[in-house]
Amino acid sequence: MNTWLGSLAALCPCLLLAGVGLHAVFRDVDVFSALTDGAADGLRTVLRILPALVCLLPPLYMLRASGALDALTVFLTPMLSAIGIPSDLAPLMLLRPFSGSGALAVGSELIAAAGADSIVGRTAAVMLGSTETTFYVIAVYFGAVGIKKTRHAIPAALCADLAGFLAAAWSVRLLWG
Amino acid sequence: MAMTIVWVLMTGISILWGTATGRAAAVSASAMEGAQAAFSLVLAIGGPLCLWSGVMEVMRRSGLAGLLADRLRPLLGKLFPSARRDSALMEALSCNLSANLLGLGNAATPAGIRAAERLHTHNGNAPAENELCRLVVMNTASVQLLPTTVAAVRAANGAVNSFDILPAVWLSSLFSVAVGLCCAAVIGRSRP
Repeated sequence: MNTWLGSLAALCPCLLLAGVGLHAVFRDVDVFSALTDGAADGLRTVLRILPALVCLLPPLYMLRASGALDALTVFLTPMLSAIGIPSDLAPLMLLRPFSGSGALAVGSELIAAAGADSIVGRTAAVMLGSTETTFYVIAVYFGAVGIKKTRHAIPAALCADLAGFLAAAWSVRLLWG
Repeated sequence: MAMTIVWVLMTGISILWGTATGRAAAVSASAMEGAQAAFSLVLAIGGPLCLWSGVMEVMRRSGLAGLLADRLRPLLGKLFPSARRDSALMEALSCNLSANLLGLGNAATPAGIRAAERLHTHNGNAPAENELCRLVVMNTASVQLLPTTVAAVRAANGAVNSFDILPAVWLSSLFSVAVGLCCAAVIGRSRP
């Protein structure tokens, strides 16, 4: 890769940090207290997902140790490879619409096992980053307004998830394959 | 409730499968391993996650988030025709979408629910309106510009540049939202 472009890409998070900070300083924002307040919010998020992770990773590890996860993967391989998705990602896709922390747990296991810069690791990251916990969002929104007849919301949302999974696999293969 | 079923299924299947294939000892050892891995994962991603939450809060206070919300109004007017006549609805919608783009989940949900309440004009047992379904589909498809949690996981696992997946994430998010909205339009029209 072009070294100049490469170092720019490597600096991207730092540049964003500096740019946002500078803009805020010119807008008379107390940058440091905004940062720490936001970080405290982040800590609350971390604390909120920790109990779910602690309860979800043991059954996931058990499933893997029992060999059932491998069997599922082998079973789904022909179908998934026909549409261009690496079969290791099957558990992630099955869990993604139901549980955000569960998907995070499965996804980080995949990224750790396959390597962050491998095709499987990157695809898992892109899938996690480009989809949401569909059923949770639907429950929150329709629950808040008190709607029971959700009509086409669930099928359309699941189509969006599937499209996101496919696009994740295809774009990673296109860019790094 | 859905997660209870998932949890029971995962536990039950692994015990049965592990016993049947003679891996019972490995299965029972792996449970504690999993609990430990959960804590290591949270420790590994906690720092970057908190830092990015801080940056997002700075963006909100400096008005960058508001600027983004203003830019989104024309697009939202096309997607939600009733927002052209209802400025409070437009306000809630633009706040919802801009917070989603910046990954401010805590700000996005209240604004989205405010918008949902204004979109649901009927009371009682009425089914969801087309525009309300569109709002929900838009929120079930992630449109986050900086997937900070995933980047933190990648960084913890030795990625050379944890943000280099951004183009693929944007492409996939865009494709996913577009397909979701098209499906909602097609199914919504054929099934009143």
